[in-house]
Formats: sequence, structure tokens, C-alpha cells
Amino acid sequence: MINPINLAFKNAKEKKRPALLTYTVAGDNTKKKSLEILKSISKDVDICEIGFPHNTPIADGGQIQTSAYRALKNGLKISDVFQMVRDFKKSKNSKPVILMGYYNMIYQYGENNFIKKCKSSGVNGLIVVDLPWPENKGFAKKCKSKAISFVQLLSPTTSKERLKNIIKDSHDMIYYISMLSTTGGKLKVSPKQILNNYNKIKKIDPKKNCVIGFGITEKTIAKLRSADGLVVGSAICKEITRSLNNRQNPVINVSKVVAKLRNKIS
Amino acid sequence: MKLKKNVPLIDQHDKYGFWGGKFGGSYIPETLKKPVDDLTKEFSKLRKNKSFIKKRDFYFNNYIGAPTRFIKLENLSKHLGGAQIWAKVVSDANGGAHKIYNATVHALLCKSMGKKYIVGDTGAGYAGKMLSMAAKKFGLKCKIFMGAKDIKRQKPNCDAMKKNGAEIVPVTTGSQTLVDAVSECMRYWVSNCDTTHMCVGSTVGPNIFVKICGWSTAQISRELKKQIKIQFKKIPKKIKLINCVGGGSSAYGFWSEFIDFPKSQIELIGVEAGGPKNSKLHAAPLSRGAKLGVLHGAASYVCQNNEGQINETESISAGLDYPGVSPIHCFLKDTKRARYTYATDEDALNAYKLVTKFEKLNPSLEPSHAFAEAIKICPRLNKDTVIIVNSCGDAKKDRDILKRRLGKRI
Repeated sequence: MINPINLAFKNAKEKKRPALLTYTVAGDNTKKKSLEILKSISKDVDICEIGFPHNTPIADGGQIQTSAYRALKNGLKISDVFQMVRDFKKSKNSKPVILMGYYNMIYQYGENNFIKKCKSSGVNGLIVVDLPWPENKGFAKKCKSKAISFVQLLSPTTSKERLKNIIKDSHDMIYYISMLSTTGGKLKVSPKQILNNYNKIKKIDPKKNCVIGFGITEKTIAKLRSADGLVVGSAICKEITRSLNNRQNPVINVSKVVAKLRNKIS
Repeated sequence: MKLKKNVPLIDQHDKYGFWGGKFGGSYIPETLKKPVDDLTKEFSKLRKNKSFIKKRDFYFNNYIGAPTRFIKLENLSKHLGGAQIWAKVVSDANGGAHKIYNATVHALLCKSMGKKYIVGDTGAGYAGKMLSMAAKKFGLKCKIFMGAKDIKRQKPNCDAMKKNGAEIVPVTTGSQTLVDAVSECMRYWVSNCDTTHMCVGSTVGPNIFVKICGWSTAQISRELKKQIKIQFKKIPKKIKLINCVGGGSSAYGFWSEFIDFPKSQIELIGVEAGGPKNSKLHAAPLSRGAKLGVLHGAASYVCQNNEGQINETESISAGLDYPGVSPIHCFLKDTKRARYTYATDEDALNAYKLVTKFEKLNPSLEPSHAFAEAIKICPRLNKDTVIIVNSCGDAKKDRDILKRRLGKRI
């Protein structure tokens, strides 16, 4: 059986567009609302990335940090994240879900326990921001043995030698960080330059699906549409913040933003 | 888990950077892999390079002012009875604290890598002040990240940083103290690592920063060893080296030459920040039973909850107010080479009062924690026991807090 993540890329490719990936923080701003947001945007999204919030994030920008604080303030626990995935999968079983977060939370939960819980709740992939290659080899192997994709990150500072090794050890999907930045930074590199680097990665192994993330907004997304997939995170978290500040329903507003993003690449 | 003899503790890690197989490592985003690798290569080259060491020693002697004094606290010893109390007055160093050793080495590294910008984090403001001094001295542009709460309580050091031309970036997230300043500094570095060097203010963070900091502060114990030999003709039979532990940079520097000695001869005692007397919040991961966790790029004992969220800490001393601790101290704890305990805010204030009453010494609130332990154990010990406290910072920066708590102007 083809892996749901790969299937999502395959489907998008058939429609001659990149896969759209969204990142939302679990529990932002409440457990109920974040599940509603997820369900409502999923019609336009190919793969859902869900962040499990940490209170000391070292690679997140202001928007995602704000979302994470909001979720934690509302009492979000890691068990709630798993419950949320389970609930989401009940209605949208085919939609792949990738969890994203920091290693300390996995470590405290216990690596094996965490993976087991991922499996039973329907998580398809994992991104651990502060667990780089080669230190992640052991954990990535454990993930693979339970058919969970460990998504490797690549950045503009990754050396050629490292690129080769990381791609070789990667599973179904690779994540290219477009520029030196925390999440949500302004795109300070030209889309052309980003695609240039992206193509170098693709050349090493054209079969691996590679997505581009960081700095992608409604304004920039169309220019990067030749990639296998594009990740939008901070722009969505920002919209939730804006809606809450204006006392509007974030579910409706975020769905609109995501529909627009999808439109730009279709 | 075992300590190796004749190998500096900073080098006793495995190929992934772990001490004792579980403390340390480099839990960093992919973006930082290359800058951290580059720095690792550069440092391993330079630390063996004779002309770099000559340069370091030149600045240690002529800029920092080595060696700092080693003095007997006659009056305090007499008052307490029991053991003799000595102090290594590291606050004699240019700038008033041990943080200058690490800052100077980082500025030299930054220059040798051809980077023009340097950033750092600070709690008590000493690491920031020293980094700004070193940056000025070596012509580097400097940004210091500091919690908004710390900016308020450590104003004198902030004024010094600004005077040195550094930009202070106030951090308003989370508890607005050191832990958030470190996060923010790392985030800034993630975004600017191609042009900017980062200086971590203590023996914390990814493996290489622990090593650089430890290598720099080791100067303290090199001096002390010589001074002890001169003073006592040989190393006495019973010594207790007492040091406060926040991140653990001054303690490692104070102890590094003495770790190979038998425990029965030289006892190493680390004193953490126990926080206000009746508060549950503290910054004492080693002495109050915190669990192993990953914070700011390294695994160590961390004050955290079951979910892995980092706890807020509370201490009167901004320099110790940090939920994590150096991996090398975790290693020293688990191998039982060092003993760790804590002093409360009140203990530290009382110790400060007593020390300043009897001696012409003005220890900041950080070493006042160490003095509190010395004062506590001194009367029970005999005359031949030599207690040495690292007076690693002066209290000028604490004048507002001391005035408020003790009604005393200093």
C-alpha cells in the first residue's frame, strides 16, 4: 500500500500543482477551535502539519510562538494533541498528518511511547526541529519501523556532503528551509535562488518529495509552485491572532486564507 | 559512568558530544549545524595553536588582569570558628566578574573567523557587559539579549553595556529572564549565522559552547593552584572549593585543575539558587531533583514539568536564575565527584551581610550563595580545613536589590 504522504504528493502531481502543506499549532486557541480549523481547511490542504507547542522554542518566529503560548495557556497537554489527531482522522481519514515539535517533549514522553501513541492515533510523519542528522538516526529508524515518516530538514547552510547523507537517510519527504530565519521571517532570498537550491536537492534524489517552507505567504507562494510541496505556517498563525484580536471567527478566516493559497498554486 | 584522569573534563565526551553518554550533545536546528561545525573545527585548531594561546595569555594578563587575588578572610574565619575561609577574588578581573574570560576568548574566535558581528545572552548582565567590553576592545559590533525583568533589576550592568556601544535587545517573552534571553539569542543566530558569531554566556548550550567557556574560565583554577602552592608550600590535605552554580561557568573554571585530586583531599561543592524561602520556585536542578531534559541545545538536568515544558524559576540572583545547568556539572554530580546543594535568597542575603561586615570584600548575590554554604559548614570543621570560596562577581550590579532588601547603600 502506498504511504499516505506519498499518495498526497502523487495526487497533487497528477493535478500539476505542488502539494499544499499547512502548519497549525494544536490547541490554538482552544482544543475545540483548532480541530474545527483543521477540519475546515483540510479540503484545500494536502498534508496537515500540526505543531505540539513547547514553551522554549529555539527556532520559531513570533507568530508561531504566540500561537504556542496561547495553546499552552489554555492548558493543552500532549495527550490532547494525540486526541485531536484521532478525532481529525475519524472524519478525514485519508488526510496525512505530520506532527512537528521539539525533542524534549518526545524525550519526556519516552521515544517508544511517543511513537506508539503516534501510530495509534493516526500520525503519519514527524518533524523534530532540534534533532538533526546524524544524531536523529536512531530515532528515525524507530519511526520507520512503525511506518511513520521521519522528515529530515535541510537548510541553505547544509553542506553538499551533508545533503547527500541526509537525503540518503530520509524517508518519504524532505523539508527545505528556504532561508536563514526563524519561522515567519520575511522572504529575504529571491524565489529564483530558493528554487535553485531546491533543484540541487532534487538532483541528488529526484524520487524523494521535497517541500519548501519558511517565509511563504499569499504573495510568494505562486512563484515557488514548481516545488513538490509548499508549507505555510506563520501566515496561518498570524491570521488566527488577527481574527481573535478582531473578535472574528478564526475558523472562517483561516479557511479563506487557505483557499486563496490553494487557488494561487492550482 | 566514570571520570577519566589526566583528560580535561571538557574533552571527556563521546563523538556526539555527550558526557557520560547522556549529558550534553548538540540539539540544534539544521540551520545551525554548519556554523556549529565550523566553530568546532576552528576552536580545536586554535586551542592547540601556540600563537593563539600566547594571544589569549597576553589579554588575560594585560587586559583582564591575571592573576586575581587569593586572600584569607581572617575576620570571618575568626568570627565563625572552625575551618579557615579563603576567597579567590575573581571579581578583581577587569569588568568585575569571571565572565570576562569567556567573552575575551569568544571575541578572539569571532575575529579569527572573520566575523564582524557578535551576539550574546545575559542574565545578571555580567556576560553581556563583558561581551560588550571585549567587542569594543576588538572592534566588533555587539548585540546583547536580556530578559526585560533582568534589565530592570540589573541596571548598572545595562548602563555599562550601552556605554560600550552594545545594543541591548529586551526579551519580553515567557518569564522575561535568562532562559528567554538565551532562546531569543539562539533565534537571532539561526537567522544571522552566516555573518554573526554567537557567544553563549556559560558552560551551557550545544557541546562546543560548553567547551569554549570551560576552556576560558579554567584560567581561574590554573591561577589558584599556583597560589595555593605558594601560600601553603604544598596542596593542603583538606580543601573545600565552594562555588555558586547557575549555568556553571565559574564553578567549572574554579574546579578544573582539581578534579583529578581525590575527593577526600579536595571536595568540590556547588551551590545553586534555592529561590525565596517559602517559594516552590527555584533554580536548583542539581540539588532539588530535576529530571534530565533537553534545553537550549543540550541535555542536562532541567527544571521542567512532566510534559517537558520548562519551568519558570525564581531567584534573587539573576545570574543563577536559569532552569538548566551545564552538562559537565550533571556529569560531576552523577559520578559523585562534586556535591551540590542550594542556598535560599535569604541565606544569600545573610551571607552577604556577614561577609561585608567582617571583610573588605563585596561579593555579588551569586557568590553570596557560595558564601552561605561556607558559613554554614565552617564552624563544624577543624582548623586544618581550608575552605576556598570563588568570589566570582562584585555586588555593584546588585546595589538596587541590596538597598531594597537590606536598606543598605553600597
